[in-house]
Amino acid sequence: MAVALTPGSPHALAEEDPPRIIVARPSSSDRVFRGILRSAGIVVLLITVLILVFLILRSFSAFQRSGLAFFTTQAFFPETSNQFGIAALLPDSALIAAIALLVAVPVGVATAIYISEYAPHVLRRPLIAVIDLMAAIPSIVYALWGLFFLMPRILGTDQWLAHHLGFIPFFHFTKSDTIGSYVGATFIAGLVVSLMVIPIVTSLSRQVFSQAPQGEREAAYALGSTRWGMIRTVVLPFGRAGIIGASMLGLGRALGETIAVTFILTPLTWTFSIHVLEGGGNSITAEIANYYTQYDNKGVAALLACGLVLFVATLIVNSLASIVVSRSRSGALTEAD
Amino acid sequence: MTESTETRVPRPRAARAPSTAEPSAPQGSEGRRVDAPPPAAAPSADPSPERRVEPRVRFNRTSSTGSANFIGAAGASLGLVWVIYERVLPFSGVLGFWVTWYVLFLALYLVMARLQWDRLEARNRLAAVALGTGGVLVVLVVIEQVGYTLVKGSAAVTHSNFWTKSLAFAGPDSPMTVGGVLQAIVGSVEQLGLATLVSVPLGVTAALFLAEIGGGLARVVRTIVEAMTALPDLVAGLFVYVTLILSLGLEKSGLCAAIAIGVTMMPIVARASEVVLRIVPGALREASYALGSSQWRTVWNVVLPTARSGLATAVVLAMARGIGETAPVLLVAGYTKELNADPFSGPQASLPLFIYNAVHVLGTSAYVERGFGAGFVLVVVVLALFTIARRIGGAAPGELTKRQRRKLAREAAES
Repeated sequence: MAVALTPGSPHALAEEDPPRIIVARPSSSDRVFRGILRSAGIVVLLITVLILVFLILRSFSAFQRSGLAFFTTQAFFPETSNQFGIAALLPDSALIAAIALLVAVPVGVATAIYISEYAPHVLRRPLIAVIDLMAAIPSIVYALWGLFFLMPRILGTDQWLAHHLGFIPFFHFTKSDTIGSYVGATFIAGLVVSLMVIPIVTSLSRQVFSQAPQGEREAAYALGSTRWGMIRTVVLPFGRAGIIGASMLGLGRALGETIAVTFILTPLTWTFSIHVLEGGGNSITAEIANYYTQYDNKGVAALLACGLVLFVATLIVNSLASIVVSRSRSGALTEAD
Repeated sequence: MTESTETRVPRPRAARAPSTAEPSAPQGSEGRRVDAPPPAAAPSADPSPERRVEPRVRFNRTSSTGSANFIGAAGASLGLVWVIYERVLPFSGVLGFWVTWYVLFLALYLVMARLQWDRLEARNRLAAVALGTGGVLVVLVVIEQVGYTLVKGSAAVTHSNFWTKSLAFAGPDSPMTVGGVLQAIVGSVEQLGLATLVSVPLGVTAALFLAEIGGGLARVVRTIVEAMTALPDLVAGLFVYVTLILSLGLEKSGLCAAIAIGVTMMPIVARASEVVLRIVPGALREASYALGSSQWRTVWNVVLPTARSGLATAVVLAMARGIGETAPVLLVAGYTKELNADPFSGPQASLPLFIYNAVHVLGTSAYVERGFGAGFVLVVVVLALFTIARRIGGAAPGELTKRQRRKLAREAAES
């Protein structure tokens, strides 16, 4: 880099020695280079903005037709009437994501603690590789597994849950009690999605746990703590923000998961039901995947409106997650040196 | 605890007789077993005390008591759950059996631990076992996923026509000897190649911007990239569908699919690359500047070569993600049974899309079998890409591979 030195005024020089002002003037090649890099950054920004703009423009007609009822209508007939909305689809998506998180967060955090605190050194790298591989397995493979392996095996358990825990509203079963009516339930979809969320939760919270200050760990041991006591009082409080951030990233992933949900759900109605064991649930992503080819322009606009809601929802969740995670890094400085 | 806490202490007196070492360990520290001294040092009549090898005190190793507890609880609960689950109560389902077994196992383990140790230690042990289950479960799930797809798919891939034919002449119930997934393999390869061409230069340049220039704009871009990493892949498909197909009036084609895959791959590349670029030592950059080189020379000749292995890993991992993407392709690629080698015109199949159509749209038993065959191919490709990524990613920035070291040695010998 070309560096130009600008000395202070001669008067000042005579009295004292002021700090020299160093001005780095990039050469012309550097300016081009920086321009290219900056434009790449702008392109990335532009793509995100474009996604938002195009989705808004194209779904505008749908919003115009249904108005605010879009958020309160539990039906989806965009071609024949103005009766369409996400009042059933969005809660369904949220329900699936909630089931996924209920399974994935405990398992993921437990695995992360195991890897960072318990696993012998020889096992640590292979375990991390397994987690990375789990994240790399295509969602369609999870979908195949969920549909052909998990579903037939879990129906008995579902029925048992409905019979014995039916007093809990979520497990209440209102349909005729044949094994077939348990097929395609929200519960099963949530379980399959949870498998895709586990690696996200695990790898992120593992990174945060491994940053827990060594001094505080040793202090806990020195006070006579057991290992679990140390984890409970040092590692977990230190990693709390990391766990929350990881869970929210997982939530974003779970809300947007398409293929596994489409494979497993058998949408029948557009009414939202919290009975997770019953078949017939739907979700935003499944609705889009199932109907985008069948609809004309009006219908596609309605689907795009759904997509927009999904996009905004995940964008909010993910941005919150990254804020929480980046805040948590400052915790690394708590160790007094 | 890491091995750094493994300490060497002088052999305690009690440990002279190895048999008393175990019981004399303080309560609540099963792991604090004193290793039996090596046989050479065992005779206490040894006249030269300085020859004695100091035994290591090892924390948190398994002991016979601990594993006996573990196995005992596992076995007992297995028996108990069999009696209760299969005989007494009219339950069914394999999954329910194992869930019940696990709950019973934890309860029994806690009771057994409580009989021997105080509350804190019993809890400590229960936590260790419960957390370890997470690790075991995750490994089992991965093996299960990969294994199940490979086993179910192996029936289809043994037919040679599966690899060399398209499905153009196959009806809904045609046996496995008719048609194959050639069109899907060709489509996947072309779409992935195009997507890589789009996303890798953009992603790596954006990462360079974040790591080398920084500033306010970079912070915004970083937040956006992080948010986009977890963006629903379906939305990427919707975006391309809206922009290219609805607004610009392009037909559904492999190119549109490639762009959709590229949009999902780009943030992955950018984010992983930025992490790698950040761990390039700053001293290397400063050395380059001190020698008078400009910023782009420094990036081109110092930063990028140093981070090469990490960047390659980022790219390969993103490719592994890209080839399995179904949702974005679903909306924009169209689907065809026929072989279409031209990604720029006409609908084009790909492996995930093939599985989607075979299983979800058609769903006849012959097509489900073909779907699993395509899943076999997909899993093998992902595993291969993943292994490659791990192999090249093992090196730290600037670390040379064996081959590079040999080459350098050869050059040094020649000069």
